[in-house]
Amino acid sequence: MAHGFFQDIMWRRLGRNRMAMLGAAIVLAMFVMAAVAPLTGYEPGAIQISERLQGPSLHHWFGTDDLGRDVLARIFYGARISLLVGFVAVGIASLIGTALGALAGYYGGWWDAVIMRFVDIMLCFPSFFLILAVIAFLEPSIWNIMIIIGLTGWMGVARLVRAEFLSLREREFVQAARALGASDFRVIFRHVMPNALSPVLVSATLGVAGAILTESALSFLGIGVQPPTPSWGNMLIAGKQTLGTAWWLSVFPGLAILITVLGYNLLGEGIRDALDPRIRE
Amino acid sequence: MTAPLLKVSDLRKSFTVKGGPLGGPVRKLQAVAGINFEIFPGETLGLVGESGCGKSTTGRLILRLIDPDQGEIRFQGQDIATLNQRQLRPIRRDLQMIFQDPFSSLNPRKKVFDILAEPFKLHRLVTNGKLSEAVTDLAHRVGLCPEHLSRYPHEFSGGQRQRIGIARALAVQPKLIIADEPVSALDLSIQAQVINLLSDIQKEFNLAYLFIAHDLAVVEHISDRVAVMYLGRIVELASAIEIYRAPRHPYSEALLNAIPEPDPQRKRKPHHLSGEVPSPISPPSGCTFHPRCPYAEEICRQQEPALEEQAPGHLSACHFSEKVGKFRNRPSDS
Repeated sequence: MAHGFFQDIMWRRLGRNRMAMLGAAIVLAMFVMAAVAPLTGYEPGAIQISERLQGPSLHHWFGTDDLGRDVLARIFYGARISLLVGFVAVGIASLIGTALGALAGYYGGWWDAVIMRFVDIMLCFPSFFLILAVIAFLEPSIWNIMIIIGLTGWMGVARLVRAEFLSLREREFVQAARALGASDFRVIFRHVMPNALSPVLVSATLGVAGAILTESALSFLGIGVQPPTPSWGNMLIAGKQTLGTAWWLSVFPGLAILITVLGYNLLGEGIRDALDPRIRE
Repeated sequence: MTAPLLKVSDLRKSFTVKGGPLGGPVRKLQAVAGINFEIFPGETLGLVGESGCGKSTTGRLILRLIDPDQGEIRFQGQDIATLNQRQLRPIRRDLQMIFQDPFSSLNPRKKVFDILAEPFKLHRLVTNGKLSEAVTDLAHRVGLCPEHLSRYPHEFSGGQRQRIGIARALAVQPKLIIADEPVSALDLSIQAQVINLLSDIQKEFNLAYLFIAHDLAVVEHISDRVAVMYLGRIVELASAIEIYRAPRHPYSEALLNAIPEPDPQRKRKPHHLSGEVPSPISPPSGCTFHPRCPYAEEICRQQEPALEEQAPGHLSACHFSEKVGKFRNRPSDS
């Protein structure tokens, strides 16, 4: 199967996959939530002690927390954090992974040996504990978290891109470009890279889910996004003490994480299937 | 006689083959084992042999898509075997390639216009204003319509894609084109069209071809001279007419016998080439063809025959070249 079918067929196949479309709808809904957060009518940090720990009602659809803050508003604003962390972290990981994978795959030899051994070394460490260890030395800010999740998540992308480059560099259209006198730079960026990015798209989509989950876990442990900035992870832990009496404090952020991660995974897997030449229509 | 456009001397290339997943010994595969030939301006040299005999490697070595281990590649008198990629750039205008697989030779993400515009841009052959005109003109030369230019390669048939590949090679107006099995991936009827296109543009631009093929029937039609390769060596080199009339190497003879006979009434001698091509990692001793050769005797196992002139302009590397012809299927006058 030629890569040229990708643009045409991929979107058609994706459109026909209901689960993928459900995933896409969830992902889209999350963007909408982040965009319309101010329309909830409440500030995420507006403390209203008189209204503390109220259950879901018409005024506060998802109830209020122990300081009287509106849970719905905090979840909507928390979507901004999750999106930011997800996309920036995956952006960093994809950039590093693509660059190193391209170098290793295109030039081979010494470059390949050094880069891929480095990948193996990085993969030896369970990444969550690596992140924990690094965070312990740094100030737990949202930027630090994004950078660290990115820096520990590029290895899979590097392997994918390397494999694509290894097979593409032998393809005849790449040889033809070289025979015409195109520079390495031009061959890599104009001829090989555009054909190598499809698997990166899949891995990035799935990676966003992973990054959101990691951020939530770090925030849950108290070393991620720091209160009062709302994040789904720190809202979850804040509701833990009152789980018996005020279930809405933990259940709604928990559901938000669950549904979002599910959405990205469904979409990512849908794209993967749409790109897979072995799956016939 | 005019000076050769291309003169290849003692060209060698071997690849290292890694042992199994546990490391094993690293072995050498001799893909091209010291070959010599010349191509003159406007001439077509056919290069034939079975898969794996090193003919494609030879083509890629001449274009410096692979670096040779040893030997000279003189193009218009200049040795290009040792130039670096930057020094090669101006030479690439005169030296182009047409590829075997028309489904792999065009970038699937570029429109035909961009594929054909690339050579003009890379070598700054036309100003931006004239680019569109130049590309349309080029497409017209190989029989493509202007409306084809805005399509992607996967919208074309194999024959049309090969035309695009030919146009791309022609854009820089080269003097020599390496055609690496340009028709073997195509239907028979399309093969004829593409071969005719190749001969037409040859006459128009006084092009020289190194025409690589595994099939003597195709080569016969287009070549002036033919070189037969076996396990990285040229075993016979002569004018196309000579090779077909009176081959002087048993391998060429066997290849000629393998050409399908269109007349089913005609009886064939039962002789076929037996056995597989030996591994180029450990080639046989002496003449590398001896395990499959019907003429082989003791000397063939021990001594490698040199490529020598057997008749004017007819080179062959065989200890018994004068005997060859005994097993020929067709009478020599055909």
